[in-house]
Amino acid sequence: MRYGVRSAYWRGFRAGVPFLVVLIPFAMVFGVVATEAGLSVAEVMGFSVLVIAGASQITALQLMQENAPTVIVLAAALAVNLRMAMYSAALVPHLGPAPLRQRLLISYFNVDQTFALANAEYERHPDLSVPERVAYFLGASTPVCPPWYLFTLAGALVGTRIPPGFALDFAVPIAFLSIIAPSLRTPAHLAAAFTSIVAALALAWMPSGLGVIVAGLIAMMVGARVELWLEARK
Amino acid sequence: MTDDPVTVWTIIVLLGLGTFLIRFSFLGIIGDRKLPAWILRHLRYTPVAVLPGLVAPLVIWPAATGGQPDLPRISAAVAALATGYLTKSFLAAFATGAVTLYALLYLTG
Repeated sequence: MRYGVRSAYWRGFRAGVPFLVVLIPFAMVFGVVATEAGLSVAEVMGFSVLVIAGASQITALQLMQENAPTVIVLAAALAVNLRMAMYSAALVPHLGPAPLRQRLLISYFNVDQTFALANAEYERHPDLSVPERVAYFLGASTPVCPPWYLFTLAGALVGTRIPPGFALDFAVPIAFLSIIAPSLRTPAHLAAAFTSIVAALALAWMPSGLGVIVAGLIAMMVGARVELWLEARK
Repeated sequence: MTDDPVTVWTIIVLLGLGTFLIRFSFLGIIGDRKLPAWILRHLRYTPVAVLPGLVAPLVIWPAATGGQPDLPRISAAVAALATGYLTKSFLAAFATGAVTLYALLYLTG
């Protein structure tokens, strides 16, 4: 079924709206926590506009607070985003023929939510034209990405006015655990997460941030191993 | 926390650039070439491999208590994790974690 560029945009838009429920509190948490950590409003917004990837933004922030070297901060935060290479590869069969300018724009907006929506739509409707696919992607990005900037700003502006009694130090761990827990879908994910925790605690003596990276590598290998092992048992 | 704006902006710009290049990689540069299965198998676990390790020391040795393990914080972490796992909902997990933390901080406070 083909449904025209304009209606493709609005279909994407409507599909993206429900994500606001998660996105608004998460963006505000980042804004508040980053401001509390001492970043200026411009720096906080720099993160949300240039990076638009919440988990890696908070990873960078956390390691900066631990005074980790810049290289370590970047390596850990980029590791969190490596999954997006997988998204980029998955979009090629659908959006590869689009003009470069549109592919640049889509790459910038290629976050967890927009990718999940667009990829599912393209698989449901394989006969969509390329302009319709592009319109759907941009439609889905509209209620996801601009609100990410907006509510980061809201968080940054209220952040400095929240008294220390609110134990905001713990907003980051709780936000992270709330992101991770729903994604623990398979025994392989559970094994990777568990390995990551044990290894990071065991390697806490390493220079700041390095333990997390080593623990992450070990945990990735454990996840991949367990996946192979489970497949072999089927 | 580093308060040197040059360092902060270096991190912001390079992280933004690096993240964009990851997103643009196949769609813009590499094109329609299949990723080897073993790479895909590792990429699938990047978030669950990095984030729990980042959080674990913050939960066990919170800076706010001078690194002493603290019942409200550990309970809040367990509550958020369990709720998120069972409900698959970020919001339910975050709310349960926050309520647990404040309730126990109030009771033990």
